[in-house]
Amino acid sequence: MINQMQYNFRETAKKGLLAGVITLIISVIGMVELFAERSLVADLLTMGQVLIFAAAAIFSFLYSDSLNRGNVREWILTGFTIGAFSAPPLLILIWLTQVVNLRQFFANVSPALIELLTFHQEPLTGSLLLTAAFIVIGIVAAGVSQIPEKTRRPILTGFLGALAIGLFSEIISLRLKALIGDLFGRQVGDSFSNFLFESRALRILPAAVIFALIAWLTIRRRKMQEEGHESRISFPLLVDGRLQWRNLLIIVIAMSVLPILLGSYLSEVVNVVGIFVLMGLGLNIVVGFAGLLDLGYVAFFAVGAYTMAILTSEGALGVFGISFWAALPIAVAMSTLAGIILGMPVLRMRGDYLAIVTLGFGEIIRLLALSDMLRPFIGGALGVLRIPKPYIGPLDLYLVKPEHLYFVVLLGVLLAAFVSWRLRDSRLGRQWMAMREDEDVAEAMGINLVKTKLLAFAVGAAFSGLAGAIFASKLTSIFPHSFNLLISINVLSLIIVGGIGSLPGVIVGAFILVGLPEMLREFAEFRQLMYGALLVVMMLARPEGFLPSSIHKRELHVGDEPPIDLDSTPISAAPEGGAR
Amino acid sequence: MAKRFQDIDVIGVFLWLFRAVIIVIIAWGTIAALLDNPYSSIDWINFFVIGITQGSMYALIAIGYTLVYGVLFMINFAHGEFFMSGIMTATVFLIIPFSESGFLNEHPIISLTLVGITAVVVSVVIAIFTERIAYKPLRKAPRLVPLITAIGASFFLQNLFRGFFGSAVKPFPLVDILKGSVSIVGIEILKTRLIVIVVTIIMLIGLNFFIMRTKTGKAIRAVAEDKDIAALMGIDVDRTITITFATGAAMAGIAGLLFALVFQQVHFFMGFIPGIKAFTAAVLGGIGSIPGAAIGGFFLGMVESVGPPLFLEGLGIPSSVQLKDVIAFTMLVLVLIFRPQGILGERLSEKKA
Repeated sequence: MINQMQYNFRETAKKGLLAGVITLIISVIGMVELFAERSLVADLLTMGQVLIFAAAAIFSFLYSDSLNRGNVREWILTGFTIGAFSAPPLLILIWLTQVVNLRQFFANVSPALIELLTFHQEPLTGSLLLTAAFIVIGIVAAGVSQIPEKTRRPILTGFLGALAIGLFSEIISLRLKALIGDLFGRQVGDSFSNFLFESRALRILPAAVIFALIAWLTIRRRKMQEEGHESRISFPLLVDGRLQWRNLLIIVIAMSVLPILLGSYLSEVVNVVGIFVLMGLGLNIVVGFAGLLDLGYVAFFAVGAYTMAILTSEGALGVFGISFWAALPIAVAMSTLAGIILGMPVLRMRGDYLAIVTLGFGEIIRLLALSDMLRPFIGGALGVLRIPKPYIGPLDLYLVKPEHLYFVVLLGVLLAAFVSWRLRDSRLGRQWMAMREDEDVAEAMGINLVKTKLLAFAVGAAFSGLAGAIFASKLTSIFPHSFNLLISINVLSLIIVGGIGSLPGVIVGAFILVGLPEMLREFAEFRQLMYGALLVVMMLARPEGFLPSSIHKRELHVGDEPPIDLDSTPISAAPEGGAR
Repeated sequence: MAKRFQDIDVIGVFLWLFRAVIIVIIAWGTIAALLDNPYSSIDWINFFVIGITQGSMYALIAIGYTLVYGVLFMINFAHGEFFMSGIMTATVFLIIPFSESGFLNEHPIISLTLVGITAVVVSVVIAIFTERIAYKPLRKAPRLVPLITAIGASFFLQNLFRGFFGSAVKPFPLVDILKGSVSIVGIEILKTRLIVIVVTIIMLIGLNFFIMRTKTGKAIRAVAEDKDIAALMGIDVDRTITITFATGAAMAGIAGLLFALVFQQVHFFMGFIPGIKAFTAAVLGGIGSIPGAAIGGFFLGMVESVGPPLFLEGLGIPSSVQLKDVIAFTMLVLVLIFRPQGILGERLSEKKA
């Protein structure tokens, strides 16, 4: 008999309770209530409901997936147990609120939350309904895990795809309305949008169609792959070392028309993401290539932004009043200089000490910008105002609209991406990676550590300064509190999520971590919480990131790392101060 | 070969210049400030007392950093959040209801003891959970990995408590018997400050006893020395590491209560800056050394409080108190650059070298 019973009550119950506790926490901190305002499919599903059942469903799915296939009793039992044990923590919450006013302790346990959890019923009926719903979801998720991979994947992809479109339905519907309205007249646009969406949510029928469409596409793609076709839509720029002009042209055209398709609001989002991509590419060189953990990266961003602000401002603080384009190289040069100056004293430090010192530098720069001491020059807490937008002389055009500014950001990102890409496989890039692996061996191989490290700091700082300069001009006013530690953590999170050392990873990471909260208010509210959780979870589960660079992935999965070497503490690793 | 020496020389000269500039700035400011002394001697004594009070809290928090660094060689970035979580929970669940019902002023000692116990218990529980979930699976990972997890844990905990209790600043009402000041050998000192200093000294003596005289303390020292050999000697290393985290968190919990007594408010973000500064204190004293953490804490508190009036005002910098954090961070940077082994760190660096 292959299909022995693997069902283990204690293990399963534990998983269920864990899912319940996670759900309890996200309810108590107010996530569920806030997300409930966003409905995905009209009158059917809100983001809050997805959130309530997500933990239980995922746990049930993953746990039953690890069991043997084909034992019906087993997966039903597993799903049932996980579902049943997910409910109690929430039931306790519901019943506690009947006895005490929990709101005096927990700011976000509101009556609205309890109504959500009890499906707007009496506590007793609500509790029963909630438990029943958990059990059903648990069993369904366990059941889905038993479907053969071939059918399962299209179903899941279709489901998640429809959810994603539902999530963004507000933005998509507005955009569709405007685009189709421009092409075929307003009437058509409105009616088309109203056909798909209803009060900021997908209608049920279109949701089903989208589900079917995505599922069908997934099946088709797999078929094509099985028949040996290259089914991925890809535009390789280099094939056998030759530049593919046709593909380059397609990409350039696609990127140029993007802001027209996206409209003003989404272009603004893309611009913010672009600025973070720029910083991410820079930090990627410092952390990903050279292995120097820099937590004060925001300092260079601030230097770039303040240089741009002081040089171009038309307000009281701007004494130079030069144009954006003239100030841009100066801003980049200044931040590069700052990178070298801040890099010099920390050259002898390694690992965690370096991280803390750079964090200290970042805070010092912010506090100095905030202080009264430098107020006459850089405005103190009041910041620098009236920074002009980039101006293009021949066209007599101020790049005020996000659609126009998009091209400045795009140029910056392309430049930085090109430089990173060329540097990665260059002699310098290989020196960085050698240094990251082992400084002593790298030095023994003849690598000049001082020069290599300083170059990493300088290039990273230059990218960040460029980002800062564009940022200042985009916002037209800057304040010291825009340059807090959170920006550094944000950039660090996005390269870790995308995959340390990987260039496409930076872009994907920026879209997930910056674009999502920019587009959805409820994500913005909890972005720091999610960054924190993501950093921990990624380090535990997938240290190489979602789109890892091939080298790094290989490294992280070569057997087990050797145990902690007690002899290499940073105390002994950092040589004594005075050089001789 | 010649080129390499040249490079080192450039950096050496740079560092030397850096050092000289700092010394000149401090000396210049101090002399200028002392020449036209705007403060009376009572003011200076006050600066001093404030510094000691502030330093006491840094010392208590720094113990946690130093203990964990001693056994795991890891900077527990989330330690400031252990400090915050205990007192935050105790404030919301005990102090605010107590003060509303009048219980706080009727039985001040009972209430404050209860608050202290709650703060310590919550801090310890949070610390144990964090260690279990975020650090333990990564014992053997490359060094930067646990640091990144710790940063993540710190941000997560901060925002978790923000989600729980809201982002508003919560008042921490002062008990009537602690209002006002007492006079000791002619110096007027606020009662809360006196309490902070006394409690800190008691805690430090207690900790010293725990680490030096008890069996568990011995186990912690053994694990800090060498994990493998400690394991061979029959010490449960994992359990000892958990106890180390718990001890540090208990100190942080007490520090949280003292912090609330002095500043009379709590906030979800209150752990961050004191956390980094306490780390500075730990590095200052020589990370891994417990007396070092205490001395570093007091020293940092003093410099932060006496420094702005002493050498920043002498330089003619307006509202120099704003730069108190800059002084702390600058000291962190300077110590890490010029004397990474800290004040009391010789023994340690010798041993590990």
